[in-house]
Amino acid sequence: MSARTPQARTEARWGAIFAAPALLLILTILLAPLVVLVALSVTDYRLGAIALRLVGFDNYAAMLADPVLQRSLRNTFLYVAFVLPAAVFGGLGVALLVHARIHTRTVYEVIYFLPVTSTLVAMATVWQFMLHPTLGPVTPLASTLGFGRIDLLNDPDLALGTLALIGIWQLIGFNMVLFLAGLSAIPRELYEAAALDGARHGADRFLRVTWPMLGPTTMFVTVTSTVTAFKVFDTVVVLTRGGPLGSTETLLYILYLEGFQYFRMGYAAAMTVVLLVFLAGLSILQARVIERRVHYA
Amino acid sequence: MRVGRILGGSAAHAVLAAGAVVMLAPFVWMLLTSIRPPEEVFVAVFDPIPSRFAGIENYGQALTESNLPRAMLNGAIVCGGILAVQLLTAIPAAYALARLRFRGRELLFALVLFGLCIPIQVPALPLYIALADLRLLDTYFALMMPFFLTVFGLFLFRQFFRTYPEEILQAARLDGMGEFEIVWRLATPAALPAIAAFSVFSVVAHWNDLYWPLIVVTSAERATPALGILAFRDAETGGNYGALMAAAALITGPMIAGFLLARRAFVRGITMTGVR
Repeated sequence: MSARTPQARTEARWGAIFAAPALLLILTILLAPLVVLVALSVTDYRLGAIALRLVGFDNYAAMLADPVLQRSLRNTFLYVAFVLPAAVFGGLGVALLVHARIHTRTVYEVIYFLPVTSTLVAMATVWQFMLHPTLGPVTPLASTLGFGRIDLLNDPDLALGTLALIGIWQLIGFNMVLFLAGLSAIPRELYEAAALDGARHGADRFLRVTWPMLGPTTMFVTVTSTVTAFKVFDTVVVLTRGGPLGSTETLLYILYLEGFQYFRMGYAAAMTVVLLVFLAGLSILQARVIERRVHYA
Repeated sequence: MRVGRILGGSAAHAVLAAGAVVMLAPFVWMLLTSIRPPEEVFVAVFDPIPSRFAGIENYGQALTESNLPRAMLNGAIVCGGILAVQLLTAIPAAYALARLRFRGRELLFALVLFGLCIPIQVPALPLYIALADLRLLDTYFALMMPFFLTVFGLFLFRQFFRTYPEEILQAARLDGMGEFEIVWRLATPAALPAIAAFSVFSVVAHWNDLYWPLIVVTSAERATPALGILAFRDAETGGNYGALMAAAALITGPMIAGFLLARRAFVRGITMTGVR
């Protein structure tokens, strides 16, 4: 190591120069805020306050006793539970059907992907209009089908489910593309081998080849869909603002209110730390999935 | 066997077509309403096809009686500014991470991997307080600053540069090319497909973003596309849904047009996060 070649010196110098701006950004935008965040979470800081007090774990204890936060967590998990199975299996189902098309494959791909690429805030405005009890087409359609005159966004029992349906509408095309990539990676020979082994029907082939080979993709889609659903925010802001009766208050929406509307920074920081722990857990899971993916490839 | 296949094919089409109707319904309703005369909005449910073309007045109202042109211009400025800084900082750093030996390389890469699991909501509070202290809220800088760092871009470009042939680098060095020249004149052109896909990912994400703009923007002058449509809806007291739908079409239009024109780059760009 002592006798360094000119090339090694050049690399060390240019490596440091090239990495410096990115490192500076990581320090100012990622690491420093993280340190401040954790520090804030043990204070009672409010924006504009001149003094702040150390309160230890009071903010964390307050979370356990906060009915609004409890409700928002319940709503968020409920939302994830609605969205996840439909977005994952819906995406898989659409991908399987689309993959088998030859002439119309592109058309279906474009149609199902359209909601992913569009601006969710704008499309949520459209959904609001479509779900309008007197002006939109959904209510008359529902009453024709025998559901009665429903007002999906203003009914406390239905509002969260309605947001979940819009979430599924947005996510299914994204998952379809991931599954299509997974399907294209399955070697044809496996199907031929399975056919020789007596897997004649579509269902046989699916259970013996497709489903096991898609395992890593499915795990991956499940984790990313969970994170996406967990971070539901835009549709809440546009469509319900947490109502009716708090039935659509979600974690990020409450976090936004506490931090940037009520400016209770200390409390919001503690909530963010909890969010971070949850996301870190999901990321570890995701990393494990990626490792498995590598072994398959 | 043949009959079964044809039946299966038809069933598959039926399911896909039914799903496609649901996927497309909001887009069709948006476009139909955006050309519908105001007096027909209230009976549209029974007669969805407009009797006359009112697109000019609806789109005209959306463009003149609102903040939308400003919001779309801001969207372009913010997306462009973010992307420029992202590429200028991420490309050389990713090249260094992939091909150069320097002190702290492993640590830097570990930080990148760590950063991949941190969404904007986590540093948002401290960044907001810092921007408020510096009196920088409600500026373009505030809108762009948190996204100058793209750990995802760093990761993606590093993966790409690792596959670049070592012989070409050595040959370039023997020819007297410096590392700076190698990055921008050899490696960057070679990485264009990855750069294009990343650019799509970045622009779509920040054009559509709501969380951060909602926090740092207070004035109409700095509204982004998402804030623009939200403000237009809330101010829209006349109940002209035609103009509102025209506004929605204008905001989401650039993303959809981009998607239809560069389909592969879009699909790759948006789903790259899933294939990393």
